[in-house]
Amino acid sequence: MRLNALPALLLTLALSSVAPVVAAEPAPLAAEACLGCHGPDGRGGAGAIPIAGRDKAEIAAILLAFRANERPGTIMGRVARGYTDAEIAAVADHYSRIR
Amino acid sequence: MTTHLPRRALLGAAAVLATPVPLRAQAAARLVVIGGGFGGASAVSFARRTYPDVQVTLVEPQTRFVTCPYGNLLIGGERQLAQITYTYDGLRARGVNVIHDRAAGIDAAVKRVRLAGGQTLDYDRLILSPGIAIRWGAIEGYDQAAAEVMPHGWIPADGSQTLLLRRQLEAMADGGVVGFAIPANPFRCPPGPYERISMVAQYLKRHKPRSKILALDAKEGFSKQGLFQDGWRALYGDMIEWVPGNRDGRVVKVDPREGVLETEFGTRHKVAVANVIPPQSAASIAIEAGLANDTGWVPVNTRTFEARAAQGIHVIGDANIPGPMPKSGFIANTTSKQAVASAIALHRGQTPPEAVYFNTCYSHVGAEYGISVVNIFRPNADGTAIAEVPNSGGVSPRGDLPEQRRLEATYADAWYDSITRSMFG
Ligand SMILES: Cc1cc2nc3c(=O)[nH]c(=O)nc-3n(C[C@H](O)[C@H](O)[C@H](O)COP(=O)(O)OP(=O)(O)OC[C@H]3O[C@@H](n4cnc5c(N)ncnc54)[C@H](O)[C@@H]3O)c2cc1C
Ligand code: HEC
Repeated sequence: MRLNALPALLLTLALSSVAPVVAAEPAPLAAEACLGCHGPDGRGGAGAIPIAGRDKAEIAAILLAFRANERPGTIMGRVARGYTDAEIAAVADHYSRIR
Repeated sequence: MTTHLPRRALLGAAAVLATPVPLRAQAAARLVVIGGGFGGASAVSFARRTYPDVQVTLVEPQTRFVTCPYGNLLIGGERQLAQITYTYDGLRARGVNVIHDRAAGIDAAVKRVRLAGGQTLDYDRLILSPGIAIRWGAIEGYDQAAAEVMPHGWIPADGSQTLLLRRQLEAMADGGVVGFAIPANPFRCPPGPYERISMVAQYLKRHKPRSKILALDAKEGFSKQGLFQDGWRALYGDMIEWVPGNRDGRVVKVDPREGVLETEFGTRHKVAVANVIPPQSAASIAIEAGLANDTGWVPVNTRTFEARAAQGIHVIGDANIPGPMPKSGFIANTTSKQAVASAIALHRGQTPPEAVYFNTCYSHVGAEYGISVVNIFRPNADGTAIAEVPNSGGVSPRGDLPEQRRLEATYADAWYDSITRSMFG
């Protein structure tokens, strides 16, 4: 919680008091790295590009294009080349399910 | 917090509930995490998101955490201290039991942590992410008192060290020399000193353009060197002189009263302001617990992060020796998740998950001028080695690419915001 973000804190507290705690299936660990640049749950915000809630096939196709150097970008080609086909499928599936 | 659960997750949860589980797993597992910085805050946040049935306790003496990342932007005033300061309220709201105290000792045999305030905490698995300690005296004359004259700004604490450096630059006359002492590998944040140099250069160019920077380095090369030096030439001309170790760049002694940085072969450099980034080790709690080897860092299993010297204690972040992985906030963040998942799996008698560790370090070279390095690592199955994925990652392209630099400066901000929200939000 950033120090100068008190309204956000109050909002978080308000939400947390009603949100039920349910055991979710752990996200694939490969998908965790994406959170470092694409915002909480991959929803973007504050300059970060959202990736959540898009079609699974579309996310996978974009990642494969980055990996094949067929889609321009500043960094995603370097990122995508670190992941296997199976991991790309799993992260695409994961982010497509977040609405 | 309001994530709607995907159907698959609900089915998954139902399946878990329907399966008989051994008695031991029914008592809530107790995960204790020492250190609420990049590794520790990431670990507890991930643990609460992923394992709601696990009891998570965080031990951190400070009630406010100032990030090292973006600390260099305090120097030119691009960021103010409050914008890089976080409280633990967000983690409390996630259900983390946050205790503001210092861990004073660990008894691995009985799985107990002793706090400075006298309280003890029993754990099933312990995650230790206490960061670094300065090796006072490794540079002759560089002790706590010297750091009040020649700041390091490498452990932010309350931010005062970095702000001291900024005040010294403000007080310096135009035409002065700003000296840097930069350590050998390994140390916290390999590109950090060079981003710091860049931000000092930016300040000097705007406010004291006749000044110079003398960067005395114990090494012969550094992270993103080509990109940094291209940027320095383009933005700051010949303001920055970088002296490598093989040209007598290694600072071995300081004289804070005279403002002198002395190198290996006896050259005495008189400077107006000195930023001494000294040699480092794992933080004291890791060393006192007997987890470090004679390098001063903690050897770990590279798949589970369990310390080689003690079962049940997973050491993450800058304190460990992670093979070729850099001591970065992003590595502390991604490895913390593998450590938590492994700790829970081992506690439940399961196999730790497949691992992939991710790093990006963005650096600001000037206004609207960002560069980056990406690394993706995988450990081997038994956690004895670690290697970078072939053909992955790498540094930003070189050349005259203003749009790439401008975008990367913007995306660096998005990274900072995303990762800190994922830790503290
Ligand atoms: C100038 C600078 C710029 C940087 N920029 C970047 C960047 O852009 N990107 C990046 O990825 N990384 C960056 N880094 C590196 C990053 O800050 C570190 O790698 C990261 O903080 C390591 O995380 P950690 O959890 O090991 O340690 P820390 O984040 O330092 O956290 C350690 C915590 O443990 C607590 N602690 C210590 N001892 C105890 C104890 N006995 N009991 C309880 N708590 C204890 C401390 O109070 C502290 O809060 C930068 C570093 C510097 C210095
Ligand atoms: C280091 C920061 C960083 C990380 C980590 C990262 N991304 Fe990206 N991502 C970006 C940036 C920046 C872009 C914009 C394209 C570019 O400049 O490369 C982008 C673009 C994308 C896009 C295209 C979005 C669009 O609308 O065009 C997708 C999809 C995507 N990323 C998915 C992912 C996934 C999945 C992961 C995790 C495996 C991930 N990213 C990890 C920084 C990152």
